[in-house]
Amino acid sequence: MANLVLPDAVLVKNYLNGDESALSSLIERHQSKIYGFIYSKINDRDLSDDIFQDTFIKVIKTLKTKSYNEEGKFLPWVMRIAHNLVVDYFRKAKKMPFLRETEEFSIFNYMTDNSQTIENQMILDQVEVDLTRLLNELPDDQKEVILMRMYQDLSFKEIAELTGVSINTALGRMRYALLNLRKIIEKNQIILTN
Amino acid sequence: MAKLYSKKKLAFQNMLPKKDTISFLLNYSKALNVYKIGNVSVEFIAN
Repeated sequence: MANLVLPDAVLVKNYLNGDESALSSLIERHQSKIYGFIYSKINDRDLSDDIFQDTFIKVIKTLKTKSYNEEGKFLPWVMRIAHNLVVDYFRKAKKMPFLRETEEFSIFNYMTDNSQTIENQMILDQVEVDLTRLLNELPDDQKEVILMRMYQDLSFKEIAELTGVSINTALGRMRYALLNLRKIIEKNQIILTN
Repeated sequence: MAKLYSKKKLAFQNMLPKKDTISFLLNYSKALNVYKIGNVSVEFIAN
């Protein structure tokens, strides 16, 4: 009861001398102002509670390490700590914005998973097998050009050099290979789609 | 429709932290012991 009329400086001194109830009095006396200040910036009860807690943890640590110089300015000192923590919060929030899901907004509307489903992967694998069979139906020179161009990603210049023909011949073989593949697909009514 | 100037501002509300927060702080203070060894401060939290 007597603590309510003691000035802050005396309460701080008592606290430093081991009187824990002095801290309780200080918090009770100033909590409204400090919390109100924090809330006016943050506008979130839970976050304001966190920052209020962090503020007084700093106050307690500073007092207990005897690093506080009593100059009759306890409240301005605590408010400065709270202010700095609010600034730190906004800096962090700016670097890593936290999006809360609402009814109108869901992060999964924007995050996509581009990997294939199991079904699509199985279809792809089957198409690959069918394509390999089709390529084996082609004449060797045409099959060679297709394999070098599509599977080894070689340029027509490189294909021409490696097979010992002109670029025009390599291009021609590619053209005939594709035409023949289409004919085989049509003739056998094969479907190669994913 | 209520006119805007009749709306109470947040500053008039008596904002207080949760009792759990205050309780935590007081318990934290009781449990915390700080010892200075030279230039180094060592903090102990007693269970």
